[in-house]
Formats: sequence, C-alpha cells, structure tokens
Amino acid sequence: MANLMEQQKAARLNSSLRHEPDGRGHFGGRYGGRFVAETLVPLILELETAYAQAKADPAFQRELDYYLKDYVGRPSPLWLARRMTEKLGGAKIYLKREELNHTGSHKLNNVMGQILLARRMGRTRIVAETGAGQHGVATATVCALFGLKCVVYMGATDVERQKPNVFRMRLLGAEVVPVTAGAGTLKDAMNEAMRDWVANVADTYMLIGTVAGPAPYPAMVRDFQSVIGTEVKAQMQEAEGRLPDVVVAAIGGGSNAMGIFHPFLDDQSVRLIGVEAAGHGLDSGKTAASIERGRPGVLHGNRTYLLQSADGQIEEAHSISAGLDYPGVGPEHAWLNDIGRAEYVGATDEEALEAFQFCTELEGIIPALESAHAVAHAMKLAPTLPTDSLMVINLSGRGDKDIFTVAEHLGVQL
Amino acid sequence: MSRIAKRFSDLAAEGRGALIPYLEAYDPDRETSLALLRAMPAAGADLIEVGIPFSDPSADGPVIQAAALRGLKAGATLAGVLGMVSAFREGDAHTPVILMGYVNPVESYGYERFCKDAVAAGVDGVVLVDLPPEEADVIEAPAKAAGLDIIRLVAPTTTPERLGYVLSHASGFVYYVSIAGITGTRTASAGDLRAAIPRVRAATSLPVAVGFGVRTPEQAAQAASIADGAVVASVLIETLAGTLDAQGHATDATLPTVLEQIGALATAVRAAGRQAA
Ligand SMILES: Cc1ncc(COP(=O)(O)O)c(C=O)c1O
Repeated sequence: MANLMEQQKAARLNSSLRHEPDGRGHFGGRYGGRFVAETLVPLILELETAYAQAKADPAFQRELDYYLKDYVGRPSPLWLARRMTEKLGGAKIYLKREELNHTGSHKLNNVMGQILLARRMGRTRIVAETGAGQHGVATATVCALFGLKCVVYMGATDVERQKPNVFRMRLLGAEVVPVTAGAGTLKDAMNEAMRDWVANVADTYMLIGTVAGPAPYPAMVRDFQSVIGTEVKAQMQEAEGRLPDVVVAAIGGGSNAMGIFHPFLDDQSVRLIGVEAAGHGLDSGKTAASIERGRPGVLHGNRTYLLQSADGQIEEAHSISAGLDYPGVGPEHAWLNDIGRAEYVGATDEEALEAFQFCTELEGIIPALESAHAVAHAMKLAPTLPTDSLMVINLSGRGDKDIFTVAEHLGVQL
Repeated sequence: MSRIAKRFSDLAAEGRGALIPYLEAYDPDRETSLALLRAMPAAGADLIEVGIPFSDPSADGPVIQAAALRGLKAGATLAGVLGMVSAFREGDAHTPVILMGYVNPVESYGYERFCKDAVAAGVDGVVLVDLPPEEADVIEAPAKAAGLDIIRLVAPTTTPERLGYVLSHASGFVYYVSIAGITGTRTASAGDLRAAIPRVRAATSLPVAVGFGVRTPEQAAQAASIADGAVVASVLIETLAGTLDAQGHATDATLPTVLEQIGALATAVRAAGRQAA
C-alpha cells in the first residue's frame, strides 16, 4: 500500500518538469552532478543533508519568509511598462522589479536562504565568488547582519570595472580578494573560492551565487530564487487574470532566469526565453553564450554547456557585463535547452547598451547591464507579438554599478 | 601483474617505499619535460606522475597553476601528453607512469578512446581529481577493459563510512591527500600520517601513497616509510620554475637542478626503509 502510494507519487513527479535532480544530482540523467575533489565530497553531502532538513522544517521557511519580507523587501512589484509597451508596439510588457530588493538585485533572495542555512550548520566564515559584485555585496551584507566573517573572491578585471561594488563590500566589512589567474573574471574567482573552501573545511561555508556548482547548489539556489516566479504568477493573475505568454530573463550562471522560469515549467503555454551575453556577437569568438556556442563538459563541480576548445580547455568568456561573463551555465538550463522547454538566445554588448538607455529613458528605471540583455531581446521580440500578449522581463538588478562602464562606452568622462 | 603492482611489490620486498615525483607535461616545453621524464628513473623515481595541463586547476595551488599555464602555452593537448608517454616508453619498459589531471579534457577526448590510447601509449593509471567515485561510471568500464588503473584519492575529510565506498572503486594504489587543502601549501605532520595511514590500510589491500605537502627529503622519507610511497610535486616545479630565464624558457640549469633534487629525495627515501606496521 505504502509502496503503491510511493509509486503514484513518483509518477506524478515524473510527469512534472519541476523536479529534483536524481540521486546523483543530475538533471535529465546527464547534467549537474558532483564533480569535486574527494576533500570536498563529504562536505557537499553534508550540505545536501542539511538543506534537505531545513527545507522540510517549517520553522526554517518561517524564518526565511520573515527576512525576505522585512529585510530584503519582498514581494517585489510587477510593473506595467506602459511607455516601453507603446514604443515597441506589440506585447504588453511587465517588469519584475528585482532591482528594488535590498542591495539592488535578485542575488539577495538566494543569499538570504543560504546564510540562514550556514547558521543552522554552525559555520562562522563565509566565502563567495562574485562577478559583477552583486552577489558579493549581497553576501557581505548578510555577513554584516549576522556578524560573520566574509571573504569574497573577485577577478582582478572585475575589481577594476566594478569599483563601486568593491568599495561597498569593503564598507560592509568583507575582505575582497582580487584574483589575477586567467582573465581575472568570474570563472577564476570561482576556482579561487573553491580552493579556499578546500583549505578551510572546518569552519567555512561556500556561498555560491548562481544555479551552478556541485549538487546540491543548482537545485538549492533555484529553490531560493523561485520566489521570483511564484510572485509573478500571483501578480499576473491579479493584474490580468491569466498567465503571461512570454517570460524573458538574462543568463549568467542562470539564477534569476531559473528563479522566474521554474514556477512556470509545467505551464506549457508560457514561453521561457533565456538571454545569453553574445558579447561582440555569437560568432565573434568573444562571447559568453555557453548554451548557444558551447558544448557539454565538466567545470566547477557540474556537467553543463561550456565554452571550451576542441581539447577540453575552458575558454574565456566575453561580455560587457561582468555578471554574465562566465563560460558555463547552470545544469538545469542545459537540460531545459535540450528538451526544448526553454529557448536560449543572445544579445550583444551593443544591444545591451542600447537597451540600458531605452529602459532608463522610457521607464525611469536604470537596469543592470545584465538585465539590459533581457530588455534587449524583449525589444526585438515584443514588436512581433500581438498587443494582447503578455510579456514579463526579469529586471534582475539596478544599473548604478554600471554607470562607469556605460559612460566609457558612450565616450563620457565621469 | 601490472607495472604498478609489480613495482610496489618489488619495493616491498626491498623493504622500502616508493618515491613518486611529478612533472607537468610541456612545462616549460615538450622537449624539456620529455627529457626530464626520461631522466627521472635514473635519478631515483620509482613511479612517475605526469600532470595533464588544464585551464582551471581548482584543486591546485599557485605553483602547479603556473606550471599548467606554461604547459598550455607550450601547446599541451591530451593527445600530446599521451605522445610524450609513448616516447618515454621507447626507452623504459618498467617505470609506472600515472597521469594526473582534471576530467574535462578526458571527457572531451572521449573516455573509451582515452583509456585505449593511454594504455597503448604506456600509461598505467590515471588520477582525475574532480571525478569522485560517484561520477566515475563514465570511465570505470572502459578503463577496466583497457587495463588502466583508476587511482582514487582519499582525504582527511573522507569519513569512515565513506572510506570503504571510495576504496571499492580504487585500483593500482590509493593516493592519500595528506592535508585538507590545495597542492603546495601545507604539510601534514608525521603524527597525522601515523594516525591516518593505518585507517586507510585497514580498508584496502592496495598500496597507499601520500601526496600534497611533501617537500623535503625528510618528509618524503617519513611519508614513504609510514605509507608505501610519497608523491612530490610542487617543490620540484618550484625548482624548475626557478631555473627558467626571463622569457620562461628552460636553461642549461633546468634538468640538472630538478634531477639533483629528485636524487636527494630518493636517497632519503631509500635510506629510511620501512617502518614496522
Ligand atoms: C543584476 C544581475 N543580473 C543577472 C546576473 C547573472 O547571474 P544569474 O544568471 O545567476 O542570474 C547578475 C550576476 O552578477 C546580476 O548581478
């Protein structure tokens, strides 16, 4: 009897695309996994158990809800972008305002969840990797809130192009360590954070900022970010009485996209579009479009699409946006791509810069350059859609951190 | 009997442990690293580990990271590394060669093709740092079919419950990572090793080698006498790097200096013999 119920439950779960990875941490039997050195395997298994317990504990959820509401500032609004809609003359466009969260991006949703977990696990030292610095700032913020030691690894190139965030992290009491290996971007920062964790296993919690890394990170970060899509669903129901037709989000590692996609995976009428950074162009060789221009391989603990050479060496990504400048992507996206449930497209540096200004001028909202990639694709797609169709763009972060980069590209001296 | 098993059993009969020096393939160029590889047995290497350069060596410290970058700059590919081992085998039929690296270049090459080509080149075993037993099904069957040993890492963090599982996937020998950390940083004390090695031994009949943080002849002698072998890597690469010219090219001092250091390590390992278990 119990067995039959188990089987029925399994069948129900199987018919849903919203599921946990298998026992090996794989999505679709292939992507994800636990590709880490033996030293770290026992730690990620311990983390997996601790997260499973926390997830099943209503007290943990209550605690998280409290912080999400009163500290992060959730729910974030769903804004009808009237002028953008008019200008583009097609789909009705809504912006999910993740840039209004405390610290200015969606990153805090995940960080809030993981820091509460780290505390439950008794860890006192937090290490994180960061690209744009948004994840680093979010992590430094909660470490200040709870009085924990915080070390953030950041590529030296990114330290240079994201100076305001470096200063913010230092004000918040974090130690920011510039990483000079490789091109000095997010991939190198991730390597260095993993090296730190391996060397400090006793007291350290590694707080990964996107839906990548060894299991359980991809599913755990997705769970914490899914609050975005869950809210959108309810808000759209209230505003329009139905589901959206298209959801568009930028893809770095893929956390803001997975967060807004996941609650819609079983709603087949909803088109899910992930926008990768095409950099100088998808075929320029200077791109960060791992799904469109990469092939499956293993890096940073998981199997997924990677930009790599014929010999399996990982290539440097290129994007104007530090937060998208990563040669991989979360493994659940790799799977959603292969089964065709989500579409993955590219937007170039130039298109993102144009979208940055478009959104700023028409809506009075300065988007992060990362989010501007999503806006850029919406600008292409919306005019081709009927006026009664509904589009949501995940505005994953605010662009204050990017004004120096943008000014430079516009030839303005600040 | 495989070359690895034969070498460990011969050394056990001699009453001593193995010295296992490491070199990074193509560091700083193919010719120099092949010459070093060829000269290592005469200098006192009992087994040799050859590093496969990888762009993202996330378990390695700065010294091996730099060596990997030099190797890649010099044009290292996995096929090229196998070619080096083939060239070495023309002159040495007995010294076991173990490749050490990360999984992605091997996945990209193809697991089955890799196992066949590696054995054909004369490779005896492989350590893939980021391929734990949980993920190793991709390589285990082809490795077994080809006769390639899969050497497993055991770490200080490996729990007693997990140890048996990890070892059930091991062949050749067991590589005990003596510190929780990356290569070339900390060193385990003799006391740590005396506590840890018997636990590993109790769970396997395979030989056990100690690596990560073994730097001096004394440490090598200690590790090889408590366990069955000592892997020495970062310190040799540091020495090699110290002999390069301003452009990063090998000099006349490169081979002799590294080989002399291997000689000193070998002398100490041979003198130490074996501690009674
Ligand atoms: C505002 C913003 N959006 C998007 C991203 C990309 O990350 P992900 O794809 O994980 O959402 C970042 C990363 O730094 C970011 O800061």
